[in-house]
Amino acid sequence: MPDRSPSRSRHRPPMAPPPSFVWTRRIGLTLVGLLTFLPLYVMLSSSIKPLQDVQAGFEWIPAHLTLRPYADIWSTVPLGHYFLNSLIISSCSTVVSVVIAILAAYAVSRYRFPGRRLFSVTVLSTQMFPGILFLLPLFLIYVNIGAGTGVQLSGSRLGLVITYLTFTLPFSIWMLAGYFDSIPRELDEAARVDGNGPIGSLFRIILPAAVPGVVTVAVYSFMTAWGEVLFASVMTDDSTRTLAVGLRNYASQNDVYWNQIMAASLVVSVPVVAAFLLLQRYLVAGLTAGSVK
Amino acid sequence: MAAATEAARARVSAPPPTPPPPTRRSWERVRRIGLPYLLLLPAVLFELLVHVVPMLVGIFMSFKQLTEFFIRNCSAAPSAGLGNYRFALDVNSAVGRNLLHSFWITCGFTVLTVGLSWLIGTGAALLMQDPFRGRRLLRTYFLIPYALPAYTAAITWEFMFQRDTGLVNTLLVHDLHLFKQPPFWLLGGNSFWALVITAVWRTWPFAFLVVTAGLQNIPGDLYEAAAIDGAGVWLRIRSITLPQLRPVNQVLVLVLFLWTFNDFNTPYVLFGNVPPPQANLLSLQIYDTSFQSWNFGSGSAMSVLLLVFLLLVTAAYLLVTNRRGNADA
Repeated sequence: MPDRSPSRSRHRPPMAPPPSFVWTRRIGLTLVGLLTFLPLYVMLSSSIKPLQDVQAGFEWIPAHLTLRPYADIWSTVPLGHYFLNSLIISSCSTVVSVVIAILAAYAVSRYRFPGRRLFSVTVLSTQMFPGILFLLPLFLIYVNIGAGTGVQLSGSRLGLVITYLTFTLPFSIWMLAGYFDSIPRELDEAARVDGNGPIGSLFRIILPAAVPGVVTVAVYSFMTAWGEVLFASVMTDDSTRTLAVGLRNYASQNDVYWNQIMAASLVVSVPVVAAFLLLQRYLVAGLTAGSVK
Repeated sequence: MAAATEAARARVSAPPPTPPPPTRRSWERVRRIGLPYLLLLPAVLFELLVHVVPMLVGIFMSFKQLTEFFIRNCSAAPSAGLGNYRFALDVNSAVGRNLLHSFWITCGFTVLTVGLSWLIGTGAALLMQDPFRGRRLLRTYFLIPYALPAYTAAITWEFMFQRDTGLVNTLLVHDLHLFKQPPFWLLGGNSFWALVITAVWRTWPFAFLVVTAGLQNIPGDLYEAAAIDGAGVWLRIRSITLPQLRPVNQVLVLVLFLWTFNDFNTPYVLFGNVPPPQANLLSLQIYDTSFQSWNFGSGSAMSVLLLVFLLLVTAAYLLVTNRRGNADA
C-alpha cells in the first residue's frame, strides 16, 4: 500500500483529527461495512444450508450445516464445463488484448504521427457506446461471416474472445499510454545506445518498468470477460455456455436450488476476487499514474 | 510527393556528387514512419470489426424492415425509410409509450445510482484519508463488491429480495416489524428500489477506488499550508480536497453515468427476460424488441436513438464542466 513508502508521510495531514471527525468516521464506515457485509454473509451462510432450511425462510444462524451444495453444484448443471469455457475465453481474450494494447499504447506514447489524436479519440469514444448498440449488428456480422467463410464465430468461443478483447482495448490503451508516458525517455535512448531497436527497447526496458500498469490492465480485462452477461447470453450455445449464463440453470420448474446457486456463485467469484484483491495495490498505483496524465 | 519531385529536379540540374543513399537507410526511414501504424494495426482491425463496422451496420439496419427471415441475407430486407424511428417514437402506440416509459425509468435509475454511489464512495474515501488502525484491511474489504462478477452480486441480491425466503423481508418484517405483510421486492413498484440498491451496492466501490487514487495526487504542501493557517479537518476537506478532486470527479461521474445508463447485467439477472414495467430499463427494452420479438429494425432504431442521446448528454456535460472549470481557474 502507498502508506508504507516514506515519501508519503508528507501527504499525511499533520494534525490529529477532531472527535467529530473520528465519530463520523466510525459511524459512517460501520454503516458502509454492514451494507457490504450482508450479501456476502447471505452468500456464504446459505451455501452451507440444506435446501429445506433455505426454502423455509432466512435464518441468521444456520440450524444445520452441510457441505452437500458444494458437491451437488457440479452435477445439477455442467458447472465444470461452464467453468472451463469461461476460463478459456477470459484467458485468451486477456492475453491477446493486453499484447495488442501494449503495442498500440507504445505507438501512442512514443511516436508523434499524423492520425495519432484521431486514433486516441475514436478508440476512447467507443468505450462509451452501449453494448446493446452493437450486439445485434455484431451478431448478424458473425452469422454472415459464418455463412460466407465457414468460420463459426456466432456460438463459438472464438467469437466471444474477439468480442471481449475489444471491449477492454480502449481503457487498456489509455491506461498503458499514460503509464508509458511516465517512464523517462532517457531509458529508451539508453536502450538504443545498447543496440536495441524500438521493439527491443519496448520489451527489454519499458515493459519491465510498466509491470503495475500491465497487471492492472490484465486484471481488468479478465474480470470484464469473466463477468460479461449480455453478449454471452446471445452468442453462446449449450457447448460454449459461460458461467455468466450457466448459473441461471439452477432453477428447475419446481425448485430453485438457492443453496447451490449461492455455493456456485461463491466458487466462481473466488478466483477473480482473490486476484483482484491481491493486485489492488497495482490497480490504485495504475489509476493514479493514469489520472496524472 | 513534393519531396520526390524536388529530389528528381535536383538530380537533373546537378549530378549528385555522392552516390545515392544506401537502400538500407531509406528502408529504415520507411520503417520508422510506418512503425507506429504497424503497432496500431491490430488494435484498429479489432476495433473496426467489433465496434465501428457493427455501428455502421446498425445505422443501416435501422432503416430496414429486418426480421428473423433476413438474418442471413440482410441486404434483401425491404427498406423501411424512417418507419422504424416513427414506430419507436410514436407515443400513441404501445411500443412508443413503453420506450418513453423506459427512458424515464432509466433516467431516474441513473440519477439515483450515480448520485448515491458517488456520495458513498467519496464519503468513504475522505473518511479514510487519514491513517488509522485497520485502514488497509478495510480498503481491501470495501472493494469486494466491485471485484465480484456482476452476475453473482445480482443473483445474491435476487435471493435476498425473495418475498418468503429472503433476508430483506426477514429483516424488515420479522426482526424490525416494519411491515405487517412481507412486501414483494421483485414485482411492482418496489422492483425499482431493488434495482437501485443492487446497482449502488456494486458501483460505489468503483467511485471509492477512483477517489482514493485521486486523493494521492493532491500535493501535501497544500495541507501543510492549511494546517499552518489553523484550518480544521472539515474546512480542509471543503476548501482543499474537494476542489482538488474536481478533474477526477469530472471523469468519474461521466463514466458512472455511461455505465449505469447502459446497465444490462443488473436488471437482466435480477428480473430475467421479462422485467416488471417499473424496472424496465432501456437496454432491456431494446434487447426485448430485438431478440424476443425478433424485430431487428426497430431494435436498431432504438439503439441509434440511445446513442444520439448519450452523445448529446456527454457533449453537453463536457462543455458545461470544462467551462465551469476554466471559470474557476
